Amino acid sequence: MNVKVNILRYNPETDRKGHWEEYILEADPDERILDLLHKVKWFDDGSLAFRRSCAHGVCGSDAMVVNGENMLACQVLVKEVSTPIKIEPIRGLPVIKDLVVNMDSFFDSYKKVMPYLVNDDEPGERERLQSPEDRDRFEDTTKCILCAACTTSCPVFWTADTYVGPAAIVNAHRFVFDSRDNASKQRLEILKDVDGAFRCRTAFNCTSACPRGIQVTKAIEDVKRETLTIN
Amino acid sequence: MKSVKRTDWGRRTPPIGGSNFELYAWFFMRISGLFLVLLAAGHMFIMHVFNDTLNLDYEFVAARWDTPYWRTFDWLLLTLSILHGTNGLRIVMHDNIANKTFRQLALYGLYFTSTAFFVLGTYVLVAFVREV
Repeated sequence: MNVKVNILRYNPETDRKGHWEEYILEADPDERILDLLHKVKWFDDGSLAFRRSCAHGVCGSDAMVVNGENMLACQVLVKEVSTPIKIEPIRGLPVIKDLVVNMDSFFDSYKKVMPYLVNDDEPGERERLQSPEDRDRFEDTTKCILCAACTTSCPVFWTADTYVGPAAIVNAHRFVFDSRDNASKQRLEILKDVDGAFRCRTAFNCTSACPRGIQVTKAIEDVKRETLTIN
Repeated sequence: MKSVKRTDWGRRTPPIGGSNFELYAWFFMRISGLFLVLLAAGHMFIMHVFNDTLNLDYEFVAARWDTPYWRTFDWLLLTLSILHGTNGLRIVMHDNIANKTFRQLALYGLYFTSTAFFVLGTYVLVAFVREV
């Protein structure tokens, strides 16, 4: 079948802003959106820029806006979306070229919440033990692949680029509720700032955008409530 | 290539003494929201269901305010709705006015208006004396 694909192109050397370009591609309904991008890049216009690494929904490189919704191009099939297929870069971050955005501020926010285990205690004979119940407490937020689909779907993040964003709070949640970690209080201190967790207005865009099915808004609410209990 | 300073590697010094304002503002919205549902529903039933606004006169209001109970009820409704509404608008302004100067101006305008209404309302409620 023939599929009409519109891609929001931007070349920083010649364009002042993005413009739509249309491509008619021969595609199988079971092919992925990523395959369409490959067809354009490999056989039509080699200058098309986009990110992808594993191409199997694990690395989180190819988050983009497809028909208005954030998703991973490698996870969605042609038959699952309506045509013409409109592909744009994720919103709220500066576009470098075509579908590639500058993710520096996204990762700065991520680093800000100390997304690593902090525990100076002696681990004991073998490893730090944890009950299955304690492990379940943060199971959902371990699934994050940092694709930025949640943060760039957040209407607060679009207007306030100082907001840490859902992804950073999800990764704080992963350690805040880890019984082996000792820095929960520090993370919550960071997140009670005006640009922290309380900036969330529970729009739920992040939850529907997450390609890993993480209950993002719920995780943010968990963090807010936990902040209340430590104060 | 731009050189990148890696000063943010390793452990951060834990932030201390940060403001709890956003936390308490968030919690206040939940609690005041609960109270406002009860207070506003009570107000609506008294003014629009059990009575008709067309029949409300000076006598009706004066009779209500003869008891400190109704004055307290009205003052709570006034205070909570102004604080709840002001905080809501503060959030909306923070989210939607990107320009810092305009945002600050809008916020000052909001705080001034809210304070004026609060002072006026409180003054009427406290100073009201029935004319015989």
